[in-house]
Amino acid sequence: MPGELLHRRLIVVTGKGGVGKSTVAAALGVLAARQGRRTVIAEVGRRGDVAATLDPAAGLAPGESAGEDDDRFDERRLPGPWGDRLWHVSVSPEAALREYLRDQLPIGPLAELLRSSRLFTGLAAATPGMRELLAMGKVWELSQPRRRTPGAEPYDLCVMDAPASGHAATILGAPAQFAATARVGPVARQGQQIGATIIDPAQTAIVVVATAEELPVSEALELQGALRRGAAVDVTLGVANGLLADRFSAADRQLLATAGDDPAIVAARGHAERAHDQQRQLARLRREAVAPVVTLPLVPSRRLGPDQIGELADRLESGLRRIGAESGTATRGAA
Amino acid sequence: MSDRTLLERLDGAQVVVCAGPGGVGKTTTAAALGLALARDGRRVAVVTIDPARRLADALGLGTLGNDPERVPAAALDALGVVPPGELWAMMLDPKRTFDALVRELSPDEATSDRVLANPLYRQISTAAGGSHEFTAVARLHDLHRDPRFDVVVLDTPPSRNALDFLDAPDRIAGFLEGRAVRALLGQGRGGIAARVARRGTGLALGALQRLTGVDLLRDLATFFEALGPLTEGFAARATAVRTLLRDPATRFVVVTSPAPVAAGEAVFFRRHLRDVEMPFTGLVINRVSVVAEPDQDRDGATVAGELTAALGEQLAARVGRTWDEHRRLAECDREIVAELARTVGDRHPTVVPTFDHEVFDLPALAAVRDALAAR
Repeated sequence: MPGELLHRRLIVVTGKGGVGKSTVAAALGVLAARQGRRTVIAEVGRRGDVAATLDPAAGLAPGESAGEDDDRFDERRLPGPWGDRLWHVSVSPEAALREYLRDQLPIGPLAELLRSSRLFTGLAAATPGMRELLAMGKVWELSQPRRRTPGAEPYDLCVMDAPASGHAATILGAPAQFAATARVGPVARQGQQIGATIIDPAQTAIVVVATAEELPVSEALELQGALRRGAAVDVTLGVANGLLADRFSAADRQLLATAGDDPAIVAARGHAERAHDQQRQLARLRREAVAPVVTLPLVPSRRLGPDQIGELADRLESGLRRIGAESGTATRGAA
Repeated sequence: MSDRTLLERLDGAQVVVCAGPGGVGKTTTAAALGLALARDGRRVAVVTIDPARRLADALGLGTLGNDPERVPAAALDALGVVPPGELWAMMLDPKRTFDALVRELSPDEATSDRVLANPLYRQISTAAGGSHEFTAVARLHDLHRDPRFDVVVLDTPPSRNALDFLDAPDRIAGFLEGRAVRALLGQGRGGIAARVARRGTGLALGALQRLTGVDLLRDLATFFEALGPLTEGFAARATAVRTLLRDPATRFVVVTSPAPVAAGEAVFFRRHLRDVEMPFTGLVINRVSVVAEPDQDRDGATVAGELTAALGEQLAARVGRTWDEHRRLAECDREIVAELARTVGDRHPTVVPTFDHEVFDLPALAAVRDALAAR
């Protein structure tokens, strides 16, 4: 049930490129931290968009590299009204490989040798599924009640800002698939372990984000099937992001259609038409999605900051509460 | 960068690559550019990756496979596309393109069958492992040499990192050539394997075996063994694609939107183009909120007052509120467009306003084309 969404260990946020995955991941992180959960937002392959939004003082522009070449992952606290419970880390496969070789390999000198071998890192990077496995392995590590990273504090929740949907089934399916390919050895064992966490709905939730437009909705719906086939998991929650206020009725739209070409009328007409299209796509998403859908409004600004993310967290909270109430009613009704 | 329109800058182009982050309307831009070039009398092939169903239908792509199909002349006539101008479109199927390439490069059927049946090949040739990017550029190369077309417009895959496809030929070819791997596995010349072992890489291989299990290595070995006869072909193809991407008749159009993440990626992409010495032709910014200068200071309350008589008090108030939101976004977008123009290095980027509906038919596409042609 999505009502207890924040009580799992791992929330995977995905969706088509450009639909606001990072924004939704940030809002979920803020919401969890507010509710007292020590939370880390893990951006996979990203270059610090969440950090730039929630901690503008840090001076990171979106797209700017956040120390990916360092050997240690930089788990950074995001200061805010949620206390010291919200953290951020940027996860790259390269850094995950270096950390893995340093901390996890039972064979010290060989690990050293592998780490210094460009051939090996090149091979690891080129081996199909290896990059995905490494990134997923780090995210899994962050979500565990007992961390493998020496001296690292555990989190209650890891929110993963995952790659776009085309890649999501691959990355989520990678551990199990790799385990099947390798069969023996530490990688296979870990692959099995990570795969088991991902397919356990008590531990892991999958959140798919879409804007209410044809292609993002189609991709979200296709992803449902792809995740089931490729990773044996079901979507937990859908988020329809960037909804325009549905403030114009059908009668309004008719009036506006013939009200002339004052720029304000033209803008209102555009808003009304787009909102109307969005409502149709939202209905389609709700009809065909296996999971309940919450909505988030379009923030009328291009530069999102902590305040806007806080408001989106409020909206998510009430949306989740409503779903919790509805599913509670449905369960009682069935019983 | 010149003050010519984007279309003027595409004069003489044989290959147009539309690149940028996902979700900014790249496919629509590619199709609209194709339409514009066809109206100029050129025979155009638009290669899209994953078009929206309705756009695909509008282009006559509904039942399409992996080969270009001509958009019916009757549909284009009304949009000013007349002979010799032609518009063709196709949807890239990475798996089929990859398979076809393997068949083309194999000396005989037995070789291609062995590669195609290999489990590792099957993994690589689907979406994982950058095959989208690789097949897109491989396809570009074929279509460029196809005598049916004057220009090929490529809509690049929505990579999370939009640069992937520029490096894809090198990366995939490097992997497929697999010299290092084959040396490691002892499939290459004995001398190489021995030299490698002396440097301690043999030990590394041992550790890798312990780490990943033996079966994976055996898969790799049989894969590269099967691929052996194709190696040279892949290398030659990669070189040809590299050359084509740097050809003077190749143009790169960077497509983005005012959303900060998308804008940031466009800047990143431009920088990368410069680093790898590929040509940059122009910047397209889609989905921009635009308010003309004389209206910028007119506020929602004033608007509501003026429109009350015509629309009634309540609707006028809603229009006023919408207008204020629109003005605020437009103000943001003016800043972002100016900043992008400066950082990306196109003093006159092409600004395409937000449309009332998603672009799903040819007339709507023509409207986008007109925005792209505007000065």
